[in-house]
Amino acid sequence: MTRAPGPRGREIAVVAFAQTDHRRTTDELSEVEMLMPVLHEVLDRTGLKTADIGFTCSGSCDYLAGRAFSFTLALDGVGAWPPISESHVETDGAWALYEAWTKLLSGDADTALVYAYGKSSPGSLRDVLTRQLDPYYVAPLWPDSVALAALQAQALIDAGDTDESALAAVAARNRTAADTNPHAQLRGPVPHGEHAVRPLRAGDCPPVGDGAAAVILAAGERARQLCARPAWIRGIDHRIEAHGLGVRDLTDSPSARLAAEHAGAFDAPVDTAELHAPFTSQEVVLRKALRLDDRVRVNPSGGALAANPMMAAGLVRIGEAAAAVHRGESDRALAHATSGPCLQQNLVAVLEGDPR
Amino acid sequence: MSKEPVAVVGIGQTKHVAARRDVSIAGLVREAALRALADAELTWADIDAVVIGKAPDFFEGVMMPELYLADALGAVGKPMLRVHTAGSVGGSTALVAANLVAARVHGTVLTLAFEKQSESNAMWGLSLPIPFQQPLLAGAGGFFAPHVRAYMRRSGAPDTVGSLVAYKDRRNALKNPYAHLHEHDITLAKVQASPMLWDPVRYSETCPSSDGACAMVLTDRAGAARAPRPPAWMLGGAMRSEPTLFAGKDFVSPRAGRDCAADVYRQAGIADPRRDIDAVEMYVPFSWYEPMWLENLGFAEEGGGWKLTEAGVTELDGDLPVNMSGGVLSANPIGASGMIRFAEAALQVRGQAGEHQVDRARRVLGHAYGGGSQFFSMWLVGAQPPDA
Repeated sequence: MTRAPGPRGREIAVVAFAQTDHRRTTDELSEVEMLMPVLHEVLDRTGLKTADIGFTCSGSCDYLAGRAFSFTLALDGVGAWPPISESHVETDGAWALYEAWTKLLSGDADTALVYAYGKSSPGSLRDVLTRQLDPYYVAPLWPDSVALAALQAQALIDAGDTDESALAAVAARNRTAADTNPHAQLRGPVPHGEHAVRPLRAGDCPPVGDGAAAVILAAGERARQLCARPAWIRGIDHRIEAHGLGVRDLTDSPSARLAAEHAGAFDAPVDTAELHAPFTSQEVVLRKALRLDDRVRVNPSGGALAANPMMAAGLVRIGEAAAAVHRGESDRALAHATSGPCLQQNLVAVLEGDPR
Repeated sequence: MSKEPVAVVGIGQTKHVAARRDVSIAGLVREAALRALADAELTWADIDAVVIGKAPDFFEGVMMPELYLADALGAVGKPMLRVHTAGSVGGSTALVAANLVAARVHGTVLTLAFEKQSESNAMWGLSLPIPFQQPLLAGAGGFFAPHVRAYMRRSGAPDTVGSLVAYKDRRNALKNPYAHLHEHDITLAKVQASPMLWDPVRYSETCPSSDGACAMVLTDRAGAARAPRPPAWMLGGAMRSEPTLFAGKDFVSPRAGRDCAADVYRQAGIADPRRDIDAVEMYVPFSWYEPMWLENLGFAEEGGGWKLTEAGVTELDGDLPVNMSGGVLSANPIGASGMIRFAEAALQVRGQAGEHQVDRARRVLGHAYGGGSQFFSMWLVGAQPPDA
């Protein structure tokens, strides 16, 4: 059945999703070779060809690839001939999806291909991510991503919001859920291990790995032609917080809450949530900020604790939430993506299926 | 539902120089942003979202610097989006921001692009390690020089045309207080006598390496009605991309550039660009790209671009002025260079270009390209709104 158009006049849906099997290393594959099967798969699901796509947008990061303009090689793989209308964001592909959503909203395109990829295996990810920090006052100290997440976890414990056993339970639940996710890097319970950086143990941390994902968006009737049950984007918004950790309350995520408000997440209950929470402690923060109680299925895919391909993991959350709608397992799902240290920047999308 | 018209109501640039050692990266971008806000007579609180662009993060050695710049750009609690599409990024960033207004997602958006190239060495930052490319390409000039030679052979252009472009742009820059290079003693003979870097591209026919930022405030019809100064209206905008290398690629006149221009002209109702467009700010990092892009953008027939340059048509007082600001040849903070083209086009139709203002500039094209002549972004701005 047809629903009334959204407040901005155009209904836009995720109509297909594909992802790689996320793996610790993919030495034998270039980024393009890793990405190509995913692009083929997502196009095959809709029967579309590259030339049928109205707008293409991708997310990736030169610092992972270790070379400037790394995304140009991926474009070669997309097959941008004849020339295509295309753009790129230097962050998680969830933001590429956001940019594509605005292109469909304005009527510039009826379909969009969004893809994202990242190979963390060639370098030391913990060290690489320190280059994201304030280059004058923080980056010279090389505080790594696990250490910063540990600061956040300790703040949560000090505030009485969680404890180490509760964090271990978050890890176990996500990785148990990943048992049924053939793409996950860590499937099934793993030993919680020693402290990596106190209070976080190895099991509280995401796996480091390589992967790619792709999504197709379509507007209005086009979406219904391409997908039996489109995952309509009822709202999508993203917000950023201050960069300095010292000026933030690390036990809260006001930017995630604000994004959720603007995306309409609180207008009606969601049945499913896919959270981009690489560390167990961050799921605690996000559950609180996004008001997710025990009635909501959180991370049926296993989330970022089961597979965290940099620059793709946020797009994977939107894809997983959409796929749950496609399969009829969800009627209203929340998808979340994050960027930056300790959840500095957050994106929230609300996806709905047509009533059955 | 039709698109919301997009207006440029605030423009700010830094004085582009070789090294801004007096400011941090945050200080640099904030300077441009504050000037754009001042031009629009708005404050940070009036801005709904920030869209920021820059070329490779290796140029400053900061990964995804938008995270660190959120505070400096007043973005805390707001959406902040980072765009990276190689050398065209400044233009693409403006188009992404414009689309937020056109789609009615936001009413007023700050868009900004920057590069602080003194933090590293851009030439080597652009020279990919083997095996990604063959040795001794040494920067962008090494990549583009063979395509210039191909143009010369194909068009029969005399060797002198490149120097004419550089001589014009460097003289135009003397009228632009924000340009990096102010060569008061420039002569054509000096350009022609400058050292050959990548044959046929001479030192004086090459862009400098600059620190700089450019910002614009984009707003909807209601915002434009409140603007203190005349707005520039976006009449058309487009991006096109094609692969870096493939059999049959035309490096001299890439199809992505032609398609992109055609899309912009279609949106703006431009039948004959040579007649209907008054001036162009185009991305010319090496002098010969002026005649090449004149053809690619439809201002001259194939093989005829150099004739316009040689006849003085593209001079500041010519019939089709090109790069009134002095262009990329006179200031090149790479990530910002595309946005500077877009902003300079807007300044012209607003009548705010000062000494390098073109009389009766009603419709001006801003153009940017990047990568291996493969990423294009353009917009056409006008003094009147699109429905007028």
